[in-house]
Amino acid sequence: MSERLIELEILRYDPDKDSEPHFQTYQVPCPEDWVVLDAVNYVKDELDRTLSHRWSCHMAVCGSCGMMINGEPTLSCKSFIRDLPDKIRVEPLANFPIERDLVVVMDDFMNKLGSVKPYLVPVEQKALEDGSYLQSPAQLKKFKQYTLCINCTLCYSACPQYAHNEGFVGPAALALAHRYNLDSRDVGRSVRADVVASNEGIWECSFVGACSEVCPEHVDPAGAIQQTKIASTLDYFQDLITPGRDK
Amino acid sequence: MARSNKPIVWSLFAAGGTFAAFVTPVMIVITGLALSFGFLPPEALSYERLSGLIENPIAKAIVFLTIFLPAWHAAHRLRITAHDFGVREDGLVSIVCYGLASAATVIAAYALLSL
Amino acid sequence: MSRNPYIRTISSTSWWLAQPRYIRYMAREVSCVLIGAYTGVVVVGLLRLSEGAEAWAGFLEAIQTPVSIVFHLLALAFALYHTTTWFNVTPKAMPLQFGDTQVPGSVIIGAHYAGWIVVSALLLFLAGV
Repeated sequence: MSERLIELEILRYDPDKDSEPHFQTYQVPCPEDWVVLDAVNYVKDELDRTLSHRWSCHMAVCGSCGMMINGEPTLSCKSFIRDLPDKIRVEPLANFPIERDLVVVMDDFMNKLGSVKPYLVPVEQKALEDGSYLQSPAQLKKFKQYTLCINCTLCYSACPQYAHNEGFVGPAALALAHRYNLDSRDVGRSVRADVVASNEGIWECSFVGACSEVCPEHVDPAGAIQQTKIASTLDYFQDLITPGRDK
Repeated sequence: MARSNKPIVWSLFAAGGTFAAFVTPVMIVITGLALSFGFLPPEALSYERLSGLIENPIAKAIVFLTIFLPAWHAAHRLRITAHDFGVREDGLVSIVCYGLASAATVIAAYALLSL
Repeated sequence: MSRNPYIRTISSTSWWLAQPRYIRYMAREVSCVLIGAYTGVVVVGLLRLSEGAEAWAGFLEAIQTPVSIVFHLLALAFALYHTTTWFNVTPKAMPLQFGDTQVPGSVIIGAHYAGWIVVSALLLFLAGV
């Protein structure tokens, strides 16, 4: 199998030593079936053991290996060397603080996920003996797409509104809220609304749509947010006419 | 965090955007280009014809919508666009944008009521 | 928990130049300026109509000047861009599901274009084209 010599320009940052990040270049011989993650692993294994990066499954299901590759938020395990030029710029995911090298601080994202109450809020709690909730294929189809998120946060890196306002709840969290709002077993739309329908929730979104373009699982968070805007607007006006109404 | 009041302006934005998507291109052709490029006879936009047509209250309502809806759509989008270009004084921008839309609304209503 | 996190900042005015998809987004957003300006022209026209035949004649003259033609061509281009981008996102904002099948996005978009052609043809006919 033929090899290509790739020049990897990686943004390095040592929190103990550096005041600013800086690029470091590595020459990596890449077989033609390699992905960027393979090249980064080669750097760590063979060239520079001090490089830090996150990865796990190497098959685009865990969401760990997100990086900026030539300026585009991508899963590095899904970014094929054969589709890229000889010089590849690798940086940590945009819009997150850099912890070290290619590792970013995910705390804000984790908090946002929790804040949308990502669990079923049923009409009544069912006891185990009462059996499971029934759901038809049609009911499942309505929200299934929004269950596919692997929390890779590429969408947050692509979103200019998150870049300019880190208070924005963000695409993945709002898509997750939408997943529960659409679930036939759930009646929690009104309890999620304090976060989802706030100025930092769906209303910070201006439908750039970059999030959906970079999503590796085709969740379409942008669509989820627009659908939530319509539902929230209807809720808003219905609440004006009949206040105190539940979902 | 509290629920936002944005739905008020957003519903106007959405209604206006839908209306503008369907109606604005052909309106621009009819009012702005058809005479200059000669595919409308001059009598089509004559004072006599138009002032006659606009006496009809339904015609007035339609003309009002063609101004009101796109104006409020453009106003809200302009507010967001200002933010996208780095202007952070949202309060001032809102007053200017919605103020312009309000002015268009009032002037249109005044003109239509006096026709 | 974080030792010394480094915060990267981006320009709030020129961020959109970094990628073609952001430039296309800004073009879509800027369409509102042209649509708003055109709406302003319509308001002025309506005002002139209410002021009488002479004022209306002046307005008709003004909209046939080269400056006005260039403006209206620009407004038309941006209005069409608004129309296409608006129609293209409608299936994402309002998905239609019957039973357990989703109506394909292309069908929803096609129906919008069909409606747009009907409305445009009707208005052109009513105008006298």
